[in-house]
Amino acid sequence: MSLSNDFLEHDVLEKLKHYLPAQAPLKDFVHHNTLHAFQHHNFEKAIRDASKMFGFKTSLSLTEYRELYEKGLINNDVLENVITRRQGHGQLINWKHKLLEEGFDESNDGKIGKLRSLWKDYFHLDLNTIVHTNLFRILNSYLDQGIAITKFPVNQESFLSSLIEIERTSFISFFKTKEAKRLLFDPKVSIEQLLKRLVGQEALYEQYLFDQQFAHPGWSGLIAVIEGQPMSLLDGRKITLKELILLECLLEIDNLNHTLGNSWKPLCEVAGKDNILDILEENESNELDELLNTWQEAYEWSYYDQVLAGVMFGEQLEPKKETPSFEAFFCIDDRECSIRRYIEHYDPDCETYGTPGHFAIDMYYQPKNGKYYSKVCPVPVQPKHLIQEIYVDRSNESDVHFTKSSHSLFSGWLISQTLGFWSAIRLMFNIFRPSISPATSYSFSHMDSFSALTVENRSEHHHKDGLQIGYTPLEMADRVEIVLKSTGAIERFANIIYIIGHGASSTNNTHYAGYDCGACSGRPGSANARAFSYMANHREVRSLLRMRGVDIPDTTEFLGGLHDTTRDEFRFFDEELLSPKNKELHQANLPVFEKALEANAKERSRRFMSINTKQSSKVIHKKVKERSVSLFEPRPELNHATNTLCIIGRKQINDHLFLDRRSFLNSYNYELDPKGTFLLSIINAAAPVCGGINLEYYFSRVDNEKLGAGSKLPHNVMGLIGVANGFEGDLRPGLPIQMVEVHDPLRLMMVIEHDPKVVLKTIQINAGTYEWFIKEWVILCVINPLDGKVYRFQNGEFTLYAPLTKKLQSVVIEDLNEAIESTHENLPVYLLK
Amino acid sequence: MITILPLFLIIPFLGFILSVFIPKKNEIAHSGLAFGTAGLQNLIAILFTGYWIYAGHETLNIKEFVIYSTTGYEYFVDLYFDRVTAVFLVVGSTLTFLITLYSRYYLHREEGYKRFFNTILFFYLGYNIIILSGNFETLFIGWEVLGLSSFLLIAFYRDRYLPVRNAFKVFSIYRISDIALILAMWMSHHLWHHNVTFLELNNYEVVDAGLNNHFSMGLFISLMILISASVKSAQFPFSSWLPRAMEGPTPSSAIFYSSLSVHIGVFMLLRTFPFWEHMEVFRWVVGTAGFITSVIATFIGNVQSTVKSQIAYSSIAQIGLIFIEVALGFEVLALIHFAGNAFLRTYQLLVSPSTVTYLIREQFYTALPKAERRMGFFQRLFNSIYVLSVKEWNLDTYQFRILWSPFKKIGSVFRFLTGKVAVFILVPTYLIGGYLVFGEQLPEDILHLFPNAIALVALVLSLRSFVEKKRPILSFLLVGFSHFWIALSVSFNEHFSYSHILIYLSGVIISGFIGLWILLMLRKKEGTFDLNGFYGHVFEHKWMAFLFLMTCLGMAGFPVTPTFLGEDLIYSHIHEYQIWLTLLVSVTLIFSGLSVIRIYTRLFLGPHVKTYHHVAHRSS
Repeated sequence: MSLSNDFLEHDVLEKLKHYLPAQAPLKDFVHHNTLHAFQHHNFEKAIRDASKMFGFKTSLSLTEYRELYEKGLINNDVLENVITRRQGHGQLINWKHKLLEEGFDESNDGKIGKLRSLWKDYFHLDLNTIVHTNLFRILNSYLDQGIAITKFPVNQESFLSSLIEIERTSFISFFKTKEAKRLLFDPKVSIEQLLKRLVGQEALYEQYLFDQQFAHPGWSGLIAVIEGQPMSLLDGRKITLKELILLECLLEIDNLNHTLGNSWKPLCEVAGKDNILDILEENESNELDELLNTWQEAYEWSYYDQVLAGVMFGEQLEPKKETPSFEAFFCIDDRECSIRRYIEHYDPDCETYGTPGHFAIDMYYQPKNGKYYSKVCPVPVQPKHLIQEIYVDRSNESDVHFTKSSHSLFSGWLISQTLGFWSAIRLMFNIFRPSISPATSYSFSHMDSFSALTVENRSEHHHKDGLQIGYTPLEMADRVEIVLKSTGAIERFANIIYIIGHGASSTNNTHYAGYDCGACSGRPGSANARAFSYMANHREVRSLLRMRGVDIPDTTEFLGGLHDTTRDEFRFFDEELLSPKNKELHQANLPVFEKALEANAKERSRRFMSINTKQSSKVIHKKVKERSVSLFEPRPELNHATNTLCIIGRKQINDHLFLDRRSFLNSYNYELDPKGTFLLSIINAAAPVCGGINLEYYFSRVDNEKLGAGSKLPHNVMGLIGVANGFEGDLRPGLPIQMVEVHDPLRLMMVIEHDPKVVLKTIQINAGTYEWFIKEWVILCVINPLDGKVYRFQNGEFTLYAPLTKKLQSVVIEDLNEAIESTHENLPVYLLK
Repeated sequence: MITILPLFLIIPFLGFILSVFIPKKNEIAHSGLAFGTAGLQNLIAILFTGYWIYAGHETLNIKEFVIYSTTGYEYFVDLYFDRVTAVFLVVGSTLTFLITLYSRYYLHREEGYKRFFNTILFFYLGYNIIILSGNFETLFIGWEVLGLSSFLLIAFYRDRYLPVRNAFKVFSIYRISDIALILAMWMSHHLWHHNVTFLELNNYEVVDAGLNNHFSMGLFISLMILISASVKSAQFPFSSWLPRAMEGPTPSSAIFYSSLSVHIGVFMLLRTFPFWEHMEVFRWVVGTAGFITSVIATFIGNVQSTVKSQIAYSSIAQIGLIFIEVALGFEVLALIHFAGNAFLRTYQLLVSPSTVTYLIREQFYTALPKAERRMGFFQRLFNSIYVLSVKEWNLDTYQFRILWSPFKKIGSVFRFLTGKVAVFILVPTYLIGGYLVFGEQLPEDILHLFPNAIALVALVLSLRSFVEKKRPILSFLLVGFSHFWIALSVSFNEHFSYSHILIYLSGVIISGFIGLWILLMLRKKEGTFDLNGFYGHVFEHKWMAFLFLMTCLGMAGFPVTPTFLGEDLIYSHIHEYQIWLTLLVSVTLIFSGLSVIRIYTRLFLGPHVKTYHHVAHRSS
């Protein structure tokens, strides 16, 4: 922001949109970096700037860091190492004293709101309170996706023109005074004109608008998102941030006139030095910043160091020579980290792989009877294909508790006297015997296993709404090839290769989309897994692949499936198409999966206080399933909480490590990719997806009130697009405390197995991807297979890193249960024997 | 059989008291105690009711114990059980049992877990006192408990601005209901010349004889009952508080504001039905009030685009219908309707987060309906009603403007009454007044003007306290003074034992001193404060906040000090024809109560002024 005299409306609007939270409506909830606006700065500078501008807390407090140090979670050696590196050798004692002993005032008000607070301080009018209630309900009524029984009489042109139409044809107005209404009707009215009235001095306009919009970042952010992606509403609405600001300024003038009459004047006439601030001005770093940064770095490296040491401890096993009993592909998601470990434990001859869970299929998916298309690939991808579900008609069970008739006067009269008693019984069942109900978001209902998918394109003219229906064999082969080659699974094919997507089930959860597969834009990955298997089994595809050096034997069959990460259940699709022999093999594998799922449920349960982890895995599995359908369970699963790592490499580099479900795992064989071609496509996806998830958890955890959504318990659903507290609150973007409370706010560390030189070249190709690393929003390390050493990426180059951790505790995998049962907290990195 | 009745109060009472002493960290004990209490109550209630029906369902009444007795005045706790009680008891304990069980998991790890269950049990105690009460006095105790627990549960998230503001808003509306109830008690005391029990009201001859000569008194009592019932049941024009009360955790909103608390008005009407049964005019009034509410609440409910406010207004509309049913004399229908509505709305509120899953899915599989276009006059009418309903028929703003603004204006006139001026004017006048009472040398014709004039001073003091924006200590002291002036005023009114005055003032004096001490301590520790913003000091000073709340309650005449009893006693010395004096005293008490709770709210609740930890946006 500059204090120049020119107010350029367009520029200021763009700045606002840049800084406002960018969370889409609930149904399309996808994780992203909460402070995306600052991403072009170095992480440390960015978070301190954001903190000083907007008053966010962007790291833990000194007290919290000191507690972690006391508990040994911040390692003293690492801390001293960090101090020495940052401050120089002579400063160790001095800085350690500051870090551990000295008191600092950590108060932080930010610079937002100082100008507009004059309405209250000088004119004694609480303008926000008066304006917000009205503003929010007008916006919510307009954008509502289906809660209200009587809808806003919308016209197709725009928000303001709809409002004008209502005002013109109603005896009653949203405004209290004539002037505001007259201004609304004036076609020439501009933000600048209204600001002249409210603020007076052009130099202050921008600050005023930032103050105004950041008084309700939730609504403003959502409207900026809808303006950019109108498709994110099923029931489309046109609205822009500009219209919101115009309306808000009008409501302000309206209420000022109404309450104060002529006794108010533009703010520039009463603003003093303390009120005029350059909000976006960059700030010098102070001592407290340095202390917090030092602590954060020491906290992060206390963990990273163990991991890197662990990676180096790996014995260089010779790759296996024999054909695996079966192979299974999972999503790179951190929740799949442990299930893969258990499957490999119960069947040591099998092999599992990790790859983004859309399995390279860039498509829209239309369920049978669906009136819309769902995108089921990463958010930035623009699909050109559509796959439809056919044959089986969908019947959605209805539930009168959600219907409008229960709210009308006369049917409500009947319903409350009759069904009201049924509600009591339903409630009892829900408490004592929870089960799947229409209120549940159930992962397996994304695609019906008895239906069929239009995976194959019938003719090149088979299009719908500009999308090609199905894929041609050539297109299929491209996609199958990417997955197989990038993961290194190009030889020793097993008889059955499972392709397993993932999804989640929960009840009474407004953020359900955030629990499904991120690579599928917040949907379950079942359609993708099934479509991929179809493609990989296709005869023409097989022969195309053969020409490209991937020779899949005819006896090998791919089988799609879905892992419900909340309930720990598998379901497979098209099992009947397997050859008789493979059918048998598949049947033999099922008990392995069942055991692995139970063990996985047990491992997960250690984070759930209401489950006694010491019970048998069967009992726990049942309880875990119950959680997913319990109305009263705000934590059906813990989603990505505690995610901290992303490992890209052969399984040899992490197979011997217990990583406590904290890692995204992407299989990758550097030997097949000397130039880093596949690596590029992997990190192009992994950096923003995993980094986005990680940072959203980070910021929601460190400032759950301003950057997170607070507690979900008082949340009220607003227009099906967002949640707010109570009836009059602003929307709450970010994650609720129940999702992040067990999360340790550490940045993501990505570990790649390859030659540092190749990695350096690869990450620099895409500027957007490179930013994540060079600005340290994601920490990057490389394990060099040539010398077995670890290199850390910093300031644009890789330097040798020698872990301080000399020894890790070894655990025999059979004894893992003991560790799992011992604590609710994070476990250290173990060496598995 | 009758000996079991007190058990229904003893169980929740013990539950509440025990819960206060359980350590904060022990989640299992807290929730266990809560659902144990409600569960045990539920079991006994069902068995008892079953047996009671079997044994001939005769109305039970038991005069439990006398709190205070003097010539012509007796404050006693009386319990009563009939089918209305039975239904409210069983529905209430069932819902509380289910909700506490539900919350056991739902509230897990929530900051304030203990506070939540404490408050729920406190609420449950108040609820039971009300439904089992056999006279107005007992009911009033429960009424106050319910009001306070509501305030505490709405402000459960006490470090955010909106819950705190709305809690205070609801508290101030509730205050109207409290005073209406006091007025009903006052008039009924004069009508019957003793504290009447509900059992006596069942006797047609007694009621008829009472009302025959005093129809206007009867009508007054009935209207007061209707006002206080309408406030609690969010009926027109008091509806807008209900959606605003939905600030606490969803299960607490479910049990309070969509089921039990909001149907208490219905209970009140059913309980007093025998009294006004034969006043046809009044039955029309009740029915009309219910009708207007149903229509308006349906209009407003139809345009709600948030789930919880939609449920709130649907519930209000149904309660309007229940009011009509009561007015028509369909008691059984009203009871069924109450139970069904309570269950339905509770469940709807509990599953409200699922609305997103359900409706988005429904929308995904159903084509959008075409927008209806209206033309001409119908469009105008439709749009007008639409805009009006989105604005909640201005109920919230008008409530503020009509109820509070005029009093604020009056209070502002007396801004000159600050510390020193107040002392110089008020102390000497008070002393003179006191001397006159003792001296008893005034001629009768001047004497009768005194009570009103002095009560007016009391009113000015409490209004002045209410509009004070800068000095919390001054505001607090002014409330104390106003109580002294009320005492003086009534002393002129009638000759009676000074012990009554003592009972009344004892609580004020004790609370006043403790409160003053806390305020001085707080100022010493945290520096200057005023009443313009919120300070949120409860974040660092939990005990101070708790103690100050207790002193505020003492000052406001809640059942924590003898002042509570004193207030009722004071009223017994105001004659039925002294409408002005009654009004002056009542309004003074309303504002005194509001003023102290406002001080508590501003200093101890809301977003913390210190920002070294995370603090929510004001708008969230």
